[in-house]
Amino acid sequence: MNAADFSYLADLLKRRAGFHLSPNKTHLATSRLGPVARRYGFRKTDELFAELRDAPEDLARAVTDAMMINESSFFRDKSCFDHFRGVILPSLLSARAASRRLRIWCAAASTGQEAYSLAMILDEAKIAKEWRIDLVASDISSIAIARAIEGRYSQYEVQRGLPAHTLVRYFAQDGDQWRISERIRRMVVFRNFNLLDSYGWLGAIDVIFCRNAFLYFEPLAKRACLKAFSQVLADDGYLALGASETMEGASTAFISDDASVRGVYRKARPALRPIALAS
Amino acid sequence: MKHCLVVDESRVIRKVVCHLLEEMKFYAEEAAESVSALETCRAQMPDVVLVNLGDAGNMELVRALRRSKADKRPVIIGTMTEHDVGHIREALSAGADEYVLKPFDRDALKEKFTVTGLM
Repeated sequence: MNAADFSYLADLLKRRAGFHLSPNKTHLATSRLGPVARRYGFRKTDELFAELRDAPEDLARAVTDAMMINESSFFRDKSCFDHFRGVILPSLLSARAASRRLRIWCAAASTGQEAYSLAMILDEAKIAKEWRIDLVASDISSIAIARAIEGRYSQYEVQRGLPAHTLVRYFAQDGDQWRISERIRRMVVFRNFNLLDSYGWLGAIDVIFCRNAFLYFEPLAKRACLKAFSQVLADDGYLALGASETMEGASTAFISDDASVRGVYRKARPALRPIALAS
Repeated sequence: MKHCLVVDESRVIRKVVCHLLEEMKFYAEEAAESVSALETCRAQMPDVVLVNLGDAGNMELVRALRRSKADKRPVIIGTMTEHDVGHIREALSAGADEYVLKPFDRDALKEKFTVTGLM
């Protein structure tokens, strides 16, 4: 891949997905885009780039999709899910006792492991009968979302992070693969969504999980997303980022929920207006 | 320092796994079969027992450890060569906490130790 094509690609990803493609990723780009080029009938990636510059939407989308990082695993960073089970869920069940409604959004759901991890925790909490729980999961990659909806995972994927009891309880073995039960699959609504687009469809949310997506974001795109998150998140809601992600330089709207659990935030309380004392 | 007992009839596997565990700062002991494993556990109950469930008598070792009146309840991780749901279920109902597929590396062990709260 030549330098001009690479820089065109970097610009495309920044524009379309807020994605920061670092300059040392030529090898990654070549290996990811080879299959896309073949699928569209190009012999080499430079032919793909010649076509891409005419900006056909479906090709640009396929290229963006192929470049996304879809790394995910069940209960990734156990402490975050323990915190959801032990602190976030009980606190919201008590705060929403009147409405009995809870809305949770996995904003960078990748191939579904995170959303299904939350669904399994919610199932174990045995609240489905009395509560209306919306568990919405979205990702910019339509390939990842299609896999998530399918709910099939390899031996390697179910060996990572998933406790054995949970595996035998919620998964059925199907040859070399494991498929998550229909009951859990039906708890999650998956949707193809770019975090840079309008959040109008979403409505108010009580918990946002957006873990390890901002690691690859341009700083401005991260700021814009966090601002949008603060607008859709309930005042007493929670936001979970990845364990190594911080708000530094990106948002002042959130504060750490518990210093011992990295990546979990609540909305900062708005500053109190000074009260004029009667003289 | 956490104490791990490795039970496997293969001497090579015991050596490799004990080496992995020592790198992970565990105190590692080994046993070739269930009788000597049970003796080791009676002398001092380990924090974790990594037991090959493919060897004869080892499923019974798991049950015996769960029947034991010792104060300490060890984490039991069964090692297996086939990823089979029936076999996993049998191990769990015998009293194992987790399973790990053979051959496993340091990352796979770490994963299972994290899931069971050992790390």
